[in-house]
Amino acid sequence: MLLVLFALFAVAGIAPLIFRKLGRSTFYVLAAVPAAAFVWLLANFPSFTTAQQAAASGEPNAPPSELHSWIGPLNTHLDFRMDALSAILCLLVLGVGALVLFYCARYFKSEDANIGTFGAQLLAFAGAMFGLVTADDMILMFIFWELTTILSYLLIGFNRTRMSARRSALTALMVTTFGGLTMLVGLVMLGEAAGTYRISEIMAKAPELVAMGTFIDVAIVLVLVGAVSKSALVPFHFWLPGAMAAPTPVSAYLHAAAMVKAGVYLVARLAPGFNTTAFWEPMLLILGLATLLIGGWRALKQHDLKLVLAYGTVSQLGFLILIMGLGNANAALAGMAMMLAHGFFKATLFLVVGIIDHKAGTRDLHQLSGLYKSSPVLFVVAALAAASMAGFPPLFGFVAKEAVYEALLEYADGNGVLGALLACGVVLGAIMTFAYSARFLWGGFATKKGLAPTAFPKVPALFLAPLLVLTVATVALAWVPRRMLENNIAPYVGLFPTAEHPIHLGLWHGFSPALGLSVLTMLAGTGLFLAREKIFAFQSKVPALLDAERDYKHLLNGVDNFAIWLTGRTQRGSLSFYLVVILTVALVVPTAFSIWFTTPAPGNFIAFDTPAQLVIGLIIVIGAIGAVQADRRFLAVLMVSVTGYGMAAIFALQGAPDLAVTQLLVETIVLVAFVLALRALPVEIWSKNPTGHRLSRALIGIGFGASMVYIAATSMASRVAEPISLAYPELAYTGGAGKNIVNVTLVDMRAWDTFGEITVLAAAATGVASLIFVRGRGDFRLRAADVATGSVDLGSEAIGSHGRSKAGLAVARSFARSPRDSWLVAGHTLAPERRSITFEVVTRLLFHTILLASLYLLLAGHNTPGGGFAGGLLAGLALTIRYLAGGRVELAESTPISPGTMMGVGLGLASLTAVAPLFLGLQMFTSAAIEFTLPLFGTHKFVTSTVFDIGVYLVVIGLVIDVLRSLGSEIDERSEGRSPTDLHDKISDADTGVGR
Amino acid sequence: MSTNITLLVVMGVLFAVGIYLLLERSLTRVLLGIVLLGNGANLLLLSTGGRLGKAPLYDAGLAAEEYSDPLPQALILTAIVITFAVTAFMLGIIYRSWVISHADVVADDDEDLRVGQQSPFDFEEDSPIPEDTTEFDGEETLPGSDTKTKTETKTDPGEARA
Repeated sequence: MLLVLFALFAVAGIAPLIFRKLGRSTFYVLAAVPAAAFVWLLANFPSFTTAQQAAASGEPNAPPSELHSWIGPLNTHLDFRMDALSAILCLLVLGVGALVLFYCARYFKSEDANIGTFGAQLLAFAGAMFGLVTADDMILMFIFWELTTILSYLLIGFNRTRMSARRSALTALMVTTFGGLTMLVGLVMLGEAAGTYRISEIMAKAPELVAMGTFIDVAIVLVLVGAVSKSALVPFHFWLPGAMAAPTPVSAYLHAAAMVKAGVYLVARLAPGFNTTAFWEPMLLILGLATLLIGGWRALKQHDLKLVLAYGTVSQLGFLILIMGLGNANAALAGMAMMLAHGFFKATLFLVVGIIDHKAGTRDLHQLSGLYKSSPVLFVVAALAAASMAGFPPLFGFVAKEAVYEALLEYADGNGVLGALLACGVVLGAIMTFAYSARFLWGGFATKKGLAPTAFPKVPALFLAPLLVLTVATVALAWVPRRMLENNIAPYVGLFPTAEHPIHLGLWHGFSPALGLSVLTMLAGTGLFLAREKIFAFQSKVPALLDAERDYKHLLNGVDNFAIWLTGRTQRGSLSFYLVVILTVALVVPTAFSIWFTTPAPGNFIAFDTPAQLVIGLIIVIGAIGAVQADRRFLAVLMVSVTGYGMAAIFALQGAPDLAVTQLLVETIVLVAFVLALRALPVEIWSKNPTGHRLSRALIGIGFGASMVYIAATSMASRVAEPISLAYPELAYTGGAGKNIVNVTLVDMRAWDTFGEITVLAAAATGVASLIFVRGRGDFRLRAADVATGSVDLGSEAIGSHGRSKAGLAVARSFARSPRDSWLVAGHTLAPERRSITFEVVTRLLFHTILLASLYLLLAGHNTPGGGFAGGLLAGLALTIRYLAGGRVELAESTPISPGTMMGVGLGLASLTAVAPLFLGLQMFTSAAIEFTLPLFGTHKFVTSTVFDIGVYLVVIGLVIDVLRSLGSEIDERSEGRSPTDLHDKISDADTGVGR
Repeated sequence: MSTNITLLVVMGVLFAVGIYLLLERSLTRVLLGIVLLGNGANLLLLSTGGRLGKAPLYDAGLAAEEYSDPLPQALILTAIVITFAVTAFMLGIIYRSWVISHADVVADDDEDLRVGQQSPFDFEEDSPIPEDTTEFDGEETLPGSDTKTKTETKTDPGEARA
């Protein structure tokens, strides 16, 4: 069993390769696989049917099964089982599959696009169907179920260049996937209720499950929605005629013999156990009857032969589901016979249409004429199949239909008016079936008045062969000894309680009411066919009662419209709008929660720690409010700086010297960066106030601030545990060998955090560089010797016309020419009016001192305030001063190593301290202290985490250099090209004097 | 633990002003808002450390409770430097936005607006399809599709196909 499944998929997998070699003849190779499986199936048929059908897999005498555990916790297993029902369906799946593949070899051309994948998909489809009907696990069955959906989507959409194919494929996918997902919910409900997902066990447990009542009723309805959608019953019937956009062999296989039978199979599988649930009968009988009638009525209207068959199939599927839904032994026998009959004649008819389309170039029955003469063999084949469909003796279709009538009459007998109505409906449906069968035959083959006979080349024998085989089955099955047929269906039928008056399959039952109905069907059907012109005229006048396709389109359009409406409402394109939404949620939810749940009231208030704290707090508040009020850009920046410096003071007061130092340095560098970056922008922070909504923004802001205060106060009052940091001092001193607890925390105890952070710093630095340089990082290094004296920053400074500036300029010019001009390496490159001798001298004096101080901060930081961050920032500040004093060439001269390299080395050193301990069998970031004695300097302790801190130091310097190079040097250079007055206007106003 | 009202109020003000500025359209003010938010968050961290204590520099004679809490300090230290990096990055963005569009404002996203204003009509889904009664009349010629040459004709399709 598994071998068959494997072979089908495996050959499908390599099919495209075979196609490259053999062209369309590959279809013969592909057909051989299901054909061989078919032979295997027939040979082993008795072993499937003689077993005890009701026994759950694994029990003695159960039908052959293969059970492999798969996902234990989910109760999902690779369980397969071949009982009588599965075997009968496999006959169709494998037999018709082989014939259709055989037929494809003459239907397609070797040059057709995507023919290889097409063949693979068709064969894989046979595999999926085989898996579906043999799966003994509901989830496994669902997987195959969805696999058929997807493959059918691909096969319908085979003609990718046709919009109709693409659209129909999508419709089929949407409808059947919807049904499939609904079914999945039902399957899970069923499986959870039963405690197992094995189908045979669930069927064995069915009586106790049904006793559970509504839960199971609903589960079964959900499962049936899947069956109904797959089998194209009302209201899902519209996808099937649409699917006729597929190549005709696909229609023959998927939409007549195989896929649509999956729904019938599911109903047949569940019927023995669950036909007594509350909604089973109403749902299946009503939908089945409605589909039977609507499909038949529509089929009478079509002029495309393929659509006649498509609506006919819809009608017949309704018919089949109705019979299976009756859920008694007689109906089961009749239903199985009908399903086989339908598979044979409908596949034949589709293949006939394929040949007609192939040879005549049209399927329009208004254009075809005289085909019965030009292709008599095809005509005979078509006539037999159509007659079988119409229920004409002595064919298998007639045998099946007689059985159906008998089963139905017996049902009607016991069910009063409703039963009688059902029987009448079915007979009406059969009459229409007869009429459209006749219409098909007439439309495809008759000679029509006023139409020249259609040119029709001879049909090759190989092309016809599969049809002949199917026709033989249609005829022969009516004549085989009825025991032989019944005995093979009987094991399945035996799952139902034995019928009081069991029916039999056969051509002749004597003069019975069923025969009367058959005769009535034929007579009325002939009448309906003869009156086709009038019927057609009538149909054109009456608007369709139920146009599910239109409703489906409206539904989809409704979803589209709603999506657009909702998007338009929520996706306004305004960043502030999004932020308002996010912030409002962030404000409301935590506040609501802290009010809702009992939280300790904030308490133990103190006003301030020291009076100075209050004063500085006031300054910070003033700075913050000033930042809002400021209408000039740099004033606002300065106001924010005030808060920043205030923060440094707060830190200093709060016993956090490290923070104070770091904040102070960062604030200074940030201020410089602000000025450098924003110098090109207008002075006014905005030309006009474009935002509005001041009040609501203020409310959100104040609300947010207030809720933060409340949450902070509450959470501080909620503390119950000892702070983890109480252990830090001891840990730092003994474990990290350092006295500065904060620094040891950063480089040792929480080194991972810091490592992450410096990575972010490197990324941000690279980001700044890329934003400004756009291409590359601008690693080209400028040398002072290559730059002409007085050429840099020309025109960036206003040349004053009044006396003092003039005098200053004169001094600067003579200073530039002075031979003793070596205060700064690149000072001479600056334009004279840009230079300041005082600044250059001060820079010269301070630079190395500051660098030395930064090294001190770095190395001493382990024990005293400082560390890599503070040290790096201080070194960065030194470089900033040099840049401001000596211009961009000076910066380039003072940073011989590119910031990228510097950050790379920094990250490398940090990684080294992380990884190195691993080689000593220690955990990452383990530090060690090494004591050594130097002459003069005495005994010293070196802690390895200092190497990590050096990495931090380098990364921070790299970041500062990148900022200076990007926001400083590069923008300088870009500004130089502009006209001095233009630039002057922008800069002299903007400049607040900071750093210049 | 004690709750320092001054620190909390200052924090609240910084958050309020930061949010107010964040909701502006001017990019510079948005950035200033972010910086203020950062300061507010640092104050929040600091105030969770509790009462003022000694600087966290190890002294064998001091009990653990007598230090200022070192953990929030370590967190704040990283936060300060990260804020610096973010600020620098935002400055780069402001400069670039100025160079490209000469604007310092967060403009509405046109693409977002277009999504909300598009027509529900979709050619692939909603255009009418001509009726088609054969598979063998060559390919449909749709704009953009790689059309094949029409080899078959309706008068003699059998020859072309056989």
